[in-house]
Amino acid sequence: MTGLVLLIPVALGLGLAGLAAFMWAMRSGQFEDMDGAALRILIEDGDVPDTDRRGD
Amino acid sequence: MTAPARIEDGAPLERSLFAVPGLHCAGCIAKIENGLAPVPGIASARVNFTSRQVTVEHVPELQLPELQSAIEKLGFEAQPIRAEVVSAASSESRSLLKATGVAGFASMNVMLLSVSVWSGADGATRDLFHAVSALIAIPTVAYSGRPFFKSAWSALRHGRTNMDVPITIGVLLVTALSLFETLTSGPHAYFDGAVMLLFFLLIGRVLDSVMRDRARDGVTALLKQTAPGALTIRKDGGTEWRSADSLAPGMRMIVAAGERLAADGMIEAGASSFDLSLLTGESAPQQAAVGDKVHAGTLNLDAPLTVRVTAAGPDTAIADIARLMEQAGQGRSRYVRIADRAARLYAPAVHTLAVLSFIGWIVVGAGWHQALLVAAAVLIITCPCALGLAVPAAQIVASGALMRSGVLIKDGSALERLADADRALFDKTGTLTLGRPERTNLDALPADLRPVALALARASRHPLSQALRRALEAEGVAPAEVQDMVEEPGFGMFGLFEGKRVSLGRPDDARGDLLVTAFQIDGRQPILLQFEDAVRPDAKAALERLEGFGIGSSIVSGDRTDAVAPVAAALGLTAQTGMRPQDKLDAIDRLKGAGHKVLMVGDGLNDGPALAAGHVSMAPASASDVGQTAADAVFLGDSLAPVATAIQVARRTMQVVRQNFAIAIGYNMVAIPLAFLGYVTPLVAALAMSGSSVIVVGNALRLRRAAR
Repeated sequence: MTGLVLLIPVALGLGLAGLAAFMWAMRSGQFEDMDGAALRILIEDGDVPDTDRRGD
Repeated sequence: MTAPARIEDGAPLERSLFAVPGLHCAGCIAKIENGLAPVPGIASARVNFTSRQVTVEHVPELQLPELQSAIEKLGFEAQPIRAEVVSAASSESRSLLKATGVAGFASMNVMLLSVSVWSGADGATRDLFHAVSALIAIPTVAYSGRPFFKSAWSALRHGRTNMDVPITIGVLLVTALSLFETLTSGPHAYFDGAVMLLFFLLIGRVLDSVMRDRARDGVTALLKQTAPGALTIRKDGGTEWRSADSLAPGMRMIVAAGERLAADGMIEAGASSFDLSLLTGESAPQQAAVGDKVHAGTLNLDAPLTVRVTAAGPDTAIADIARLMEQAGQGRSRYVRIADRAARLYAPAVHTLAVLSFIGWIVVGAGWHQALLVAAAVLIITCPCALGLAVPAAQIVASGALMRSGVLIKDGSALERLADADRALFDKTGTLTLGRPERTNLDALPADLRPVALALARASRHPLSQALRRALEAEGVAPAEVQDMVEEPGFGMFGLFEGKRVSLGRPDDARGDLLVTAFQIDGRQPILLQFEDAVRPDAKAALERLEGFGIGSSIVSGDRTDAVAPVAAALGLTAQTGMRPQDKLDAIDRLKGAGHKVLMVGDGLNDGPALAAGHVSMAPASASDVGQTAADAVFLGDSLAPVATAIQVARRTMQVVRQNFAIAIGYNMVAIPLAFLGYVTPLVAALAMSGSSVIVVGNALRLRRAAR
């Protein structure tokens, strides 16, 4: 029985942590562009495309 | 780039939004974001691939046309959109998604506790678990139940009932009773049932709302089509850039070649040709000179003009069309979706059953507490978990299948209406045909001159030059070195090739027929290249498939009769020609009056009102934004086959939806007697609800291959 005293809060805490993570992701706009997120992993970091600097 | 403004720390930045329809891969995202970042004055650029938009943060000195040309230099067509019209739309989805997240968290944790109770916890442990469940479930019901409570309340206030009324009563009653059970150390608490019901129903709502979000407001897109502003001539002779809503009649604006007009007006100086396809749907450019009237939203092709504004803002012809579209779209908003039609029968039945079971148990001598418990069990078990998912699950799977075969469906009701269609009207230009000059008599051009022609064509943005470039590049021709190339607006491209003068442009004797361009070298006889707007490759087969579905087709076109006749003859269709937007509306109304459900397929702004008025409508992806947003579905590519595929999938979807209804009703036939007799414990309720939901979703998944 004493195990429950520990395990229930732990289970609830984990659930709440998941919910908090979901809310944070939601608020920071991570669900705004689902199709784009799937494509962005294909972009290589530091891959600067050869766009000309156009007279600046 | 004028005014290479530096970004200072803390300086206020402006945020501008552009629609970039040409985005289609990860490379495009990188190209735009990395390409815009080094432009002086731009702080950051962020692509939203889902909505095909780019958000640019920049210093205020940098104006829209400059930003637009910066994006266009990267090779993407960009249209500025006003920020305020974009927001708000997605807020409903977001709050539904939040509610779903909370309900999901709660049902998992309450289930954890409930399973312990079901597997034998009793006494103080059971009471503790019920109490913890109550602590989780009650705030969850209060938060996640709001979408249902709100809708139920507004239905009741207007003396109606909908699906949300039994849901609301069921959830609230069950929660209250379970709380009572908890406080009195009773054996059964249904907290898991209440939150799980909310969770499943919310998933259905989110799916539906996500589909709806993809649709945009047709009128919003009209604003996009008119130019955001124009360069005006001040009284002192200087020039000043003014936004479209600050333009007024009497002002004079300078319209560069390749620019869209921001207001209606009369040409004061210069002569050019206009792309009127936005208004009339006609593919051939139209010539205009001093004294001619020109309209907002049309594209100036050849030469710079000075135009005196005669009407701006809400008085322009394009705004008229917007109003027509708004009116036409109102009929469609009265369409009642199949889930709502089902609810009209379902909700009263559920209420009656719950009341009957309550009365029945009182009559046979049970206490009010037990009678209420049974009534609540009836409400929660009949509450349409399966019914709430039956429609959106089938529709989202079908729309995914259609998307893979090149049709983008805007919302669930579009699929329902597509399945109803029994008559089709097609616009000609850009719908039955490709809408771009194509198929030239390339043989007239000797092989040794082709590289020279390509070099000239490549340098111009004129539609005919672009068509010639596509044709030559398809032949594998490489461009030659041509020196001193200049474009003389209204006449064409000129240059020097191996010391000889070469030109590509308007033939000297081109009267009326503007789908001709002349290639000339060294003063020799010019070679005339004729273009035409080709019929989509498999149009005939697609129309035959439609015929097979019992859908007859005909053409409604704004084009001249002699331009429509060959297409109509080739496809074996009847045609009405020379139609203005209002005429197309009338044609649809006549068919409606005769009891037909019309599928309208069109692309131009001139089709906008007809697209909004049709029972259901489709537009090709090459359509104007207005066409795309007014339509219920957009199909990609040069083929017309997706139109027939969409009808096929829509009808399959309705079949699956009806099967799902049958499953939900069959489930109720078993569950209601059980609930009536008081056999529904929390465990049975949980199994029945999730079981029926899984079956319905599983049935919907069969639609994944429906588009093949």
